Amino acid sequence: MTSIETGGNPPQHNQQPPALSTEPRWKRQPFANHWRSHAEDFDACKIGMWLFLTTEVLLFAGIFVAYAVFRMWYPEAFANGSHHLDVHWGALNTVILLISSFTVAASIRNAQLNQQGLLKINLSITLVCALLFMIIKFTFEYAPKWAEGKRPGVWFSYPFAADPNEHIWWSLYYTATGIHALHVLIGAGVLFVVLLKSFKGWYGPKHYTGIEVAGLYWHLVDVIWIFLFPLLYLIH
Amino acid sequence: MSTIDTHNAGQHAHHEGSYLTPHGGALATIWNWATTIDHKKIGVMYLFAIMFMFFLGGVAALGVRAELWEPTRVVTEVVEGETVTSYTGQVLVNLAPIVPGVESEGGISAGMNIYNRAFSLHGIIMTFMVIVPSVPASLGNFFLPLMLGAKDVAFPRLNLMSWYIYVFGSIFAVAAVVMGGVDTGWTFYTPYSTMTDADHLRVVFVILAAFILGFSSILTGLNFIVTVHKLRAPGMGWFDMPLFVWAMYATAIIQVLATPVIGITLLLLIFERVFHVGIFDPRMGGDPVLYQHFFWFYSHPVVYVMIIPAFGIINEIIPVHARKKLFGYRAMAFATLGIAAVSFLVWGHHMFTASGELAAMIFSALTFLVAIPTAIKVFNWVATLYKGSIAFNTPMLYALSFLFMFTIGGLTGLPLATLATDLHLHDSYFVVAHFHYVMMGGTIIAFVGGIHHWWPKMFGKLYNERWAIVGCVLVFIGFNLTFFTQFILGTRGMPRRYASYPDEFQFLHQLSTIGSWILGIGFLIHLGVFVHSLVAGRKAPENPWGGLSLEWETESPPIEHNFHHEPIVKHGPYDFDTVQPPHTDPAEFPMPEPLRPGERTH
Repeated sequence: MTSIETGGNPPQHNQQPPALSTEPRWKRQPFANHWRSHAEDFDACKIGMWLFLTTEVLLFAGIFVAYAVFRMWYPEAFANGSHHLDVHWGALNTVILLISSFTVAASIRNAQLNQQGLLKINLSITLVCALLFMIIKFTFEYAPKWAEGKRPGVWFSYPFAADPNEHIWWSLYYTATGIHALHVLIGAGVLFVVLLKSFKGWYGPKHYTGIEVAGLYWHLVDVIWIFLFPLLYLIH
Repeated sequence: MSTIDTHNAGQHAHHEGSYLTPHGGALATIWNWATTIDHKKIGVMYLFAIMFMFFLGGVAALGVRAELWEPTRVVTEVVEGETVTSYTGQVLVNLAPIVPGVESEGGISAGMNIYNRAFSLHGIIMTFMVIVPSVPASLGNFFLPLMLGAKDVAFPRLNLMSWYIYVFGSIFAVAAVVMGGVDTGWTFYTPYSTMTDADHLRVVFVILAAFILGFSSILTGLNFIVTVHKLRAPGMGWFDMPLFVWAMYATAIIQVLATPVIGITLLLLIFERVFHVGIFDPRMGGDPVLYQHFFWFYSHPVVYVMIIPAFGIINEIIPVHARKKLFGYRAMAFATLGIAAVSFLVWGHHMFTASGELAAMIFSALTFLVAIPTAIKVFNWVATLYKGSIAFNTPMLYALSFLFMFTIGGLTGLPLATLATDLHLHDSYFVVAHFHYVMMGGTIIAFVGGIHHWWPKMFGKLYNERWAIVGCVLVFIGFNLTFFTQFILGTRGMPRRYASYPDEFQFLHQLSTIGSWILGIGFLIHLGVFVHSLVAGRKAPENPWGGLSLEWETESPPIEHNFHHEPIVKHGPYDFDTVQPPHTDPAEFPMPEPLRPGERTH
């Protein structure tokens, strides 16, 4: 099996044993030929993902800083705006994301224990949770508020605003949750690819890099929401 | 001997070809390069892309200097009894008919409009598309794995993706230029960036370009951090790494930590411009200064993304071409990390006049901290040169120019960090001269020096030393003529970003413009030297300079997998006093004589 990374050259440290086609994919998975072992490859991918998560945290840090500044400036606008959010939908979405985080963690364990059936089920539940989150977000949160004129910036047209700066609140609300929703979609897309690959038997004991890093990303999406939920829904 | 079997490797020398060996016909070769995951090819592709963008940015700079040849003013003369009104300083006005968004008959204002677009273009291209990626993406990509003794970077496909993202982002920027350019300046300050050219997408395109380029920067940085952690050759501890690798590592940390912040900032800026969300708009309760904080929280650290790689290059050039062990290796490594750490604490000095007094004082004090690690570096370089056997070739001349100009650039930073003097100097040509001395006199000079230093290794061809030295001297003279005059202009009160000026400044402005031409000629000579070398250069030996770091162990150009056998490191990268460099003749590169009794250093 020639490594996928060699570009047609003979691999030097990566002589894989001749593979039997009946073996599951994860057993004959090659690693790139600049690594010395699967373990190194796996470690590197994990470090890489953690670094990427750092960049994601810093990306959201910008939004949190803007939130802090404007909440300090306009506490009334933030308190009023927050009251227009429905805590129940927010809480339900939090629970949904927590469940999905559990199932994605469980699916990594399934891969480690070679429980191929459970692996697919857990991944599917995660994807369903992501879908539910998006549906609730758009149908029950964005759509009604948009219709009432609770919109960002110049588009704000809610006639009963108690504070002249409430449009800033809505700008931050839509920006923060919108960028988070985008991350939910990206995470779901990645997990969908992982699910497809799991049907082809890509993941098993010691060979679960893809599912591990996708899971890490999904946890980040969850953690960001854990911070957004109280900051947006639970303030007075 | 540094590797187990460098010489045995010779038996396999023809087993595997150079990475430059064409694969089949022209189309197949192009396809091979376009889909390559070889860090060397990606580094070379970055190098050419960056050189092309440098050319575009340079042309814009020449345009800016040409416009400043004479002040813009209305001249009323009486010719044969008739009053005739004419304009001066109209160099760029002939471009008006072909620049959308600029009225073609506007006289002075059309010329000034184009001037604004030219300097914005110059700034945006030079920062985001040239200096930020310059050294890490091209030389870093090529030499980081080689210096570590690795076969590739940690994530080769991500590396290729980052190149495509870079090209994609650059296309956005160039598209905006073709559509007429922007006049926001490279900092995209609101409200310039939210209100000018309101009927057009150009500004959005350029902001989007910077946003996209950020991804490329993050991916490169992420890749390098993991590579340094996981792919060092056996025997190479952290303090056995060449300092160029340390520099890449520190740079990568800044890239990973700072770039996401510009990502969200530019995203918010696009929301502000397109959807008018009001976050940066004071009319709607927003805060334009918040934008400046966000912007400089990225853009100050990124100044060190630009300069730290240059330090890395100088760290390689000086010991190799002075044939002397680098003075103070650990101090250099820690100074590099120290600069990276301090870089995150000083963004406020870009906003002294827009922030409160206490904040300004704190940021001023923190800014002085930067001077300590950088001074350590400069002293160490000078100490390394002391009693070395210095070869005055192009890389060394560039390193010496760097020392000269970077020191001026660094020292002129101090009056800008001092609140009292900054009040007079801020937003003047003094600032322009200061950061050009650091960014160009530092980074670009070191970059060009580094290209010469590694050119024989990258392409397996020698360049014409004599003409390269001519180019180097012209660049040195042109650069100093262009920018030293600007220090004087700045102290006399010439504000930056203006298309015109009082008559008494004209002499210095003209000197500066003449300097820019000399600078341009110098770079064109270098271009000619490079092309000549590629077409007709003599074949380069494996180790033309007698370097000790691992990239000199392999062939020139390196084979596809870098090394015939994984190298095992047994000596430091600068042990010129104890180790004969690989592939060198002791007659040509003799080791220094043993120390005499009582002598502590060579």
